[in-house]
Amino acid sequence: MTGQKTDPVLVEARRLAGDPEDSYRDRIVAALYARAQTIAYRTVKVAPAPCQDFDWRLDAILTSRLWGYPIMLALLAVVFWLTLKGANYPSALLASLLFAFQDILTSLFHQLGAPAWLHGIVVLGMYRTLAWVVAVMLPPMAIFFPLFTLLEDLGYLPRIAFNLDNFFKKAGAHGKQALTMCMGFGCNAAGVVGCRIIDSPRERLLAILTNNFSPCNGRLPTLITLAAIFMGGLLTTAAGAVAATLTVAGIILLGIVLMFFTSWLLSRTLLKGVPSSFTLELPPYRPPQVLRVITRSVLDRTLYVLARAVLVAAPAGAFTWVLANVHLGAFSIIDHMAGWLQPLGKAVGLDGYILLAFILGLPANEIVIPILLMSYLSIGMLTEVDSLATLGEILVRHGWTWVTALNVMLFSLMHWPCGTTLLTIYKETKSLKWPLLAAVIPTALGLAACFLVKLLAGLLGAALGG
Amino acid sequence: MSTITSLSNLRPGSSGEVVSLQAWGLTRRRLLDLGLVPGTRVVALRRSPSGDPTAFFIRGATIALRREEGRQVLVRTV
Amino acid sequence: MGLTNQATGFRTLRENFLPARTGSYLVALAGNPNAGKSTVFNALTGLRQHTGNWPGKTVLQARGRFTHQGHTFNLVDLPGTYSLLANSAEEQVARDFICFGRPDVTVVVVDATCLERNLNLVLQVIETTTAVVVCLNLMDEARRKNIVIDVPLLAGELGVPVVPAAARKGEGLGRLKDVIAAVATGAMRPVPTPIIYDDDIEAAAARLVGQLQPHLKGRLNARWVALRLLEGDATLLQGIQQFLGVDLSEPGIKLQVKEVLA
Ligand SMILES: Nc1nc2c(ncn2[C@@H]2O[C@H](COP(=O)(O)OP(=O)(O)OP(=O)(O)O)[C@@H](O)[C@H]2O)c(=O)[nH]1
Ligand SMILES: [Mg+2]
Repeated sequence: MTGQKTDPVLVEARRLAGDPEDSYRDRIVAALYARAQTIAYRTVKVAPAPCQDFDWRLDAILTSRLWGYPIMLALLAVVFWLTLKGANYPSALLASLLFAFQDILTSLFHQLGAPAWLHGIVVLGMYRTLAWVVAVMLPPMAIFFPLFTLLEDLGYLPRIAFNLDNFFKKAGAHGKQALTMCMGFGCNAAGVVGCRIIDSPRERLLAILTNNFSPCNGRLPTLITLAAIFMGGLLTTAAGAVAATLTVAGIILLGIVLMFFTSWLLSRTLLKGVPSSFTLELPPYRPPQVLRVITRSVLDRTLYVLARAVLVAAPAGAFTWVLANVHLGAFSIIDHMAGWLQPLGKAVGLDGYILLAFILGLPANEIVIPILLMSYLSIGMLTEVDSLATLGEILVRHGWTWVTALNVMLFSLMHWPCGTTLLTIYKETKSLKWPLLAAVIPTALGLAACFLVKLLAGLLGAALGG
Repeated sequence: MSTITSLSNLRPGSSGEVVSLQAWGLTRRRLLDLGLVPGTRVVALRRSPSGDPTAFFIRGATIALRREEGRQVLVRTV
Repeated sequence: MGLTNQATGFRTLRENFLPARTGSYLVALAGNPNAGKSTVFNALTGLRQHTGNWPGKTVLQARGRFTHQGHTFNLVDLPGTYSLLANSAEEQVARDFICFGRPDVTVVVVDATCLERNLNLVLQVIETTTAVVVCLNLMDEARRKNIVIDVPLLAGELGVPVVPAAARKGEGLGRLKDVIAAVATGAMRPVPTPIIYDDDIEAAAARLVGQLQPHLKGRLNARWVALRLLEGDATLLQGIQQFLGVDLSEPGIKLQVKEVLA
């Protein structure tokens, strides 16, 4: 990855040249910079007036001792509040439109005399999952990403790294890990590749292994939806919206804390070592082109989510429908599988279907909730899940409480990375050990956290009840 | 009067001129590539809210260095 | 995706690096991090490579094409790098492409608001190849900051064409395409001004060049390789072995290096 200076030819060259350490290198770089300085002196006519003033003044606020961290937290909360509030209405609209079309499709299939299994696979399996993914994923993503891009174009991300670097150093990691974590919100696979900006192999591995603690765009909507239903009371009141926002922001913060903790633990055990050198350029603030960012980013997200829905969610929907409707004995395949997982699921305050949905969601995190719904729905009647309220009802009917919801959110934050990310980790590290570890660490933490929440909630319930 | 000290000892707001680097290997290359060659004028801008790293103005760009790196750059205060 | 895990040997390299279609020119976009390479790339190709206001946004090379004056140009967007001495994996992608990818033209995108710092890389690139175009980007910001650059004088000092631009606004890109085409077709032949180092270095480099030439066979600029060896750049040795199939650490060659430096 990086050059060692142990190559005999180089060692020999330097020794024979009587060159103490790096003197040739120094003299060459000095000559280059001297030349650059001369050229710049001759050609740059007006010496740069201290127009840096603006940047420095903004830095004095955004990275100030007093305001640096509160501003970061406030931005986190504001971004998620806007996302939750803004996504609510378009989500409902999209859902009612898309599920109205499902009825049309169904009657079309009836008129054409299509067999029930075909209608099942195509409409109830593929189309319904697709509709869900689009309705639930698209609006929050189309709001979150433009906001995030605005901050990115402004130049705020390197300031986050600047503010947080000391914590990374204490965890034995590299400050640029903050940048790769930010990329992870978009997609963990991209975040993992982005870890190339970290020179030191050890610190790069830390960043790769912990990138999954940034919930990616396939998981954020799950967090947002569940928070809206169970913590936000369907966002009908201002207090509800605040509660939901704080829950989502809290989960993100927990991810950040765990990322630090895991990095710290790894750099004291498996990836022992001292922090290497850290240099980070803080670019000038640039006013983002707001309109262009918004239109571009909304368009990009729309295309992205649609493509993912067609390529991943629809086939997964068909597959799950088959699992849910092929019966072995009295139960469907999915019931059998969930049955095996039930003891473990119950032990940690989830259930077998939830664990199964996460397992079947390995190809892509956005299909976890649709798979879960389909397996719940296959048991009873075919409700149309065309609003948050109905979704909530279905979940409650299957025994969900706010503890279940919280645990699903926690497990969504902490479980194995998606298949693409695992493959990317393998490609970037060229060893099976690291993707394996990247899956084991968060899963263990996730199960432990869920268990703990269940335990505490039980104690709390007993205390209140008694 | 000017004294020799390290970059990490520069107070925010003060500036110095690079005298020599005490770093070797990869770190030294990094620092050189960033323009920290002898004679370069450096202004200490501000510290991170947690006290480290520090942002410096070096040859037209703002660059953050940790205390460990800053210590390896000797400067003459100006 | 990294070059490092692609097959070794020069022929495989050429196939990997060069698009299959012949009759087109290969153009590399190099530059310091955050100088606007991806923005220039997008403006020239109409593609939508991700940009962002922080150094390190691009870590893989991206490709696109554009046509101009009847020629096709394959454009490669590279990760940003402060120097040609590769430190990190992503910088190595850039270095390997510039040195071993044999682009017909290398465009160095430069941040006009801090020219001096950016010239460091330009000066290094013009040591490796003569087919260089400097794109003086972010001119709009430079104007806002009251920075005025004497472009013809800069071109004269460097010995390569310099095109001022503001890629985000699409300013100066027509000129840039013209100049890229002229350099690619040979209508314009830049003559970079070499940098003269101190006598020791020049003497050692000159002797080393004599030894290196038979091995490099003109595939790399021998003076540049000699300077890097004097600096002790081990990743370049790896690169030369991987892409050119020449092991400069072989006993025979090592002996010759000894003679040069003795
Ligand atoms: N005002 C202005 N901003 C620009 C111009 N060109 C690029 N930018 C902005 O500069 C920032 C960096 O641009 P990129 O194209 O991502 O830079 P890059 O060189 O590809 O960066 P890396 O991939 O990180 O090396 C972005 O925020 C762009 O919007 C320009 O001509 N004028
Ligand atoms: Mg780029």
